[in-house]
Amino acid sequence: MSQKELIRLTKAGYQTTDRWLVRDVSLTVNQGEIVTLIGPNGSGKSTTAKMALGILKPTSGEAFRARGLKVSYVPQKLMIDWTLPLDVDHFFRLTSKPSIQAQHRAIEATGIGHLLNQELRSLSGGEFQRVLIARAIAREPDLLVLDEPVQGVDFSGENELYQLIGTIRDDLHCGILMISHDLHVVMAKTDQVICLNGHVCCSGTPVSVSQTDEFQALFGLRGHADIALYQHHHDHQHTADGSIAHEHHAGCSHD
Amino acid sequence: MNIMLDAAMIDDFFVRAVLAGIGLALMAGPLGCFVIWKRMAYFGDTLAHGALLGIALGLLFELHLELSVFLVCTLIAVTLFLLQRRASISSDALLGILAHASLAIGLVVLSLMTWIRVDLMGLLFGDILAVSQRDLVVISGTLVSVSAILFVTWRSLFAATVSRELAEAEGLKPQRAEIIFMLLIASVIAVAIKIVGVLLITSLLIIPAATARRISTSPGQMMVLSSIVGVFAVILGLTGSLNLDTPSGPSIVVASVTLFLFSMTPIAHRVQNVLKGA
Repeated sequence: MSQKELIRLTKAGYQTTDRWLVRDVSLTVNQGEIVTLIGPNGSGKSTTAKMALGILKPTSGEAFRARGLKVSYVPQKLMIDWTLPLDVDHFFRLTSKPSIQAQHRAIEATGIGHLLNQELRSLSGGEFQRVLIARAIAREPDLLVLDEPVQGVDFSGENELYQLIGTIRDDLHCGILMISHDLHVVMAKTDQVICLNGHVCCSGTPVSVSQTDEFQALFGLRGHADIALYQHHHDHQHTADGSIAHEHHAGCSHD
Repeated sequence: MNIMLDAAMIDDFFVRAVLAGIGLALMAGPLGCFVIWKRMAYFGDTLAHGALLGIALGLLFELHLELSVFLVCTLIAVTLFLLQRRASISSDALLGILAHASLAIGLVVLSLMTWIRVDLMGLLFGDILAVSQRDLVVISGTLVSVSAILFVTWRSLFAATVSRELAEAEGLKPQRAEIIFMLLIASVIAVAIKIVGVLLITSLLIIPAATARRISTSPGQMMVLSSIVGVFAVILGLTGSLNLDTPSGPSIVVASVTLFLFSMTPIAHRVQNVLKGA
């Protein structure tokens, strides 16, 4: 497997006027690799992704992106103003014009064929999410960044989309950086899981985790091989407001 | 029709005003759509108020009026951009302060220059008698450059309108597109003063675009329809202005508001269905 490095964060951190949103994050996404960021609300997942994407400039550390990298981004939130007459078909051409075949495949894969002439504003949360994903993959990117891609999608659709994300990686041979707020459910196809809570708490492969009893229990319960449990233990305490004392960082243990 | 007659027609002040107005409406259409989508109506208004300061300074330093208006509008936009970053007050209050400060300073400077006679009503509300051959050349030049620039930056400007972060992530440089957009608005304001006047420029941006929104089904269609509605409003308004001896700016605005009200009726829905089928 080729291991071309697509993006890399080195000890990257982002500080607003009054606080650090995230600190000391190092991660690499290689071609053909899926990296998943998990963590509770406000743990700095989106901020980390935005630093990797170049939307935010790290206030400390550095962000590297391969030259000429073609990125597709599925943001966590996208508000479409009512004054904007924009249907799904036009939305596909937002940042570049995808090839007809690629667009057709993306529409097929996400099952949104019947929505093409609908205005974006009229879509339900789950439909909108599928459209966002379809647009992103129709661009045939080198790197796909998905910020909570299955939010608002019903349970069976959720499994389908996780499966689809695995297929995209194999078809396009692209790197994928995915964010999930769900601490327990992570795709089995993920190569690396990084748990954030203002810093990197721990990271590892879900494969190593899949042997645990907890995983077996949940694996049986959910009944889908595409969902894996990533169990982690913290050997440090978070204060009541969610902030972390950074001096114990070296003591983080990885499963 | 022979060439002599054509030349005579361009000599006619009314024909000049109509041609200038059409040129203006064609530019204002697409830009007005972006003003609406980006919710920047008040921003446009602030720049337009600043145009009076531009005229005052232009007269004071004997510059080309269009150029000085363009420069002052750009300066206001940059000031706004910088103040917003470190602002301790809301941006609408900031816009209000800048708008009225520049209008007031402009008026004070104009009245202090006792050696120059200025038709204040003409500046505030437009004066079709004032459109010269030279103005037509300036407006055509502006129309060509604004259209060309818009054509080139359209995708990144539109993507930035839908989502700044998405545009940035996918490599479209939204900040650059937004700065260019600001300059385009400033140039339209600079050439619009004689036709609609300082106080009503924003309406030429907003009302045709809002009218077009009622009947269009895609962004491109809305921009084209917005231009068409603007052209109609200019022709109707200027004809009314000529026949009723009313100031040109308010007449054009009344005409475009009439078209807007018309778009609220069920007829607009039918037009939309026809356009959808097309």
